This record gives sequence, C-alpha cells and structure tokens, in this order.
Amino acid sequence: MARVLLFGRLADQAGWRDREVAAADLASLRRALAIEDPALAEALTAPGVQVAVDKTLVRGEAVLGERAEVAFLPPMSGG
Amino acid sequence: MRVALTNAPFEPGALVTAFCAGRQETGAVATFVGLARAEAGAAAALELEAYPGFTERAIGEIVDQAVSRFGLQDVRVTHRVGRVEPGEAIVFVATAAAHRREAFEACDFLMDYLKSRAPFWKKEHGPEGARWIEPTDRDRTDAERWD
Repeated sequence: MARVLLFGRLADQAGWRDREVAAADLASLRRALAIEDPALAEALTAPGVQVAVDKTLVRGEAVLGERAEVAFLPPMSGG
Repeated sequence: MRVALTNAPFEPGALVTAFCAGRQETGAVATFVGLARAEAGAAAALELEAYPGFTERAIGEIVDQAVSRFGLQDVRVTHRVGRVEPGEAIVFVATAAAHRREAFEACDFLMDYLKSRAPFWKKEHGPEGARWIEPTDRDRTDAERWD
C-alpha cells in the first residue's frame, strides 16, 4: 500500500489529505484514484503540480515500494 | 538545528538573543522578521501548510547555498505553520558572518527564496471566505535577482 498525501487546494478539492492506495507504480496509483474521483485525477496532472515519492521530487513514472509515500504538491505559495 | 517549523507563536527577540549568544568571531548578525498583515480587515488569518520533512529539507538546501555563496558562519530559519493571526511573526531569518555585507545579502537572498519558492501552501481567510495564495510577480522577480 502506498500512502498518498495531498496538499493545498488539491486536499480541499479531494476532501481528504492522507489515505492508503494499493499501487505498484505511479500510473496505477493515478488510475486507482481516477476510478473514484476523475476530477481529482485530472487535477493531479495539471501543470505546476509536482510529485514527490518518499519526499524526493520525481518526474514522469516511478515504481512504488511497499510503504511508499506519494505526495502531490500544487504550486507552492512560498512563506 | 538551522531550520525549524513551528505551530506555536514565537517571540523574535528571544530568537535574536539566542542566535547572538557565545560568538567570538562573528562581526555581523542580520535578521529579518516577517509579520502577518491584516490587509485592512481583508485577511482575518493566514493558514500555512508545510510538508513536514520535505519542507525543512528544501529550505535546508537553500540555507546550504547561502552559506557557501556568502561565506556565512551560521544561519537560523524559523517558520510558522498552521493558523497565523495578523500581527504575529510568520518567519524569522538570522545570518551570521564576519562582516555586515555578507550577513545582509544572505538574509535578503534567503527571504526572496522563502517568499517565492519554499514548499508552503498559504490560505488567506477573509470576510468573503478563504482563498489560496500564490507568489506575486514581485516575489518572482525579487527571487530572480539572485539567479
């Protein structure tokens, strides 16, 4: 199971910010989220949304370990 | 610890005192304190969200850059997260160097980064509801001065 974290407006849109999803890679994670909430899945692919796996930014595809933490980061506000 | 996130209000003066203590070879300490503005009633409060672990590491990388670029002896960044009321301190930056120019410039550099690129998500609560805030054009051009 991967732990999925949403931040900022993505969490507001989804109505959750932290949940577990069974997925072995990012593509299957996105598909699993799209079945429940297609609008959210689309928002997660919007320009400016970055993805971190285990707190490291990744581009494109990524394999997820058994206890991977996947974070979707909307454009950052700065402090 | 050079970078700290805190949920609780902090007292900037106490952080300056602690940062200056016990220095024999530091000629200059520059500090910056950012406060939450009320915007004439438009901003009842700010809500700052960070990604614990990720946010500190990202700021830490910029702190490392500042240390090598300006030859700093020490740095401290303290940043609020959670709900911040108008008038409360949001961010504290202190830089220590042998001479003042490096301390001033490093403080300016760190704040430009923090305001434009640091991993925070900021929501403003006002009379007409809440809205997410993104960096202004001014924040971006300020940060580009150092590229």
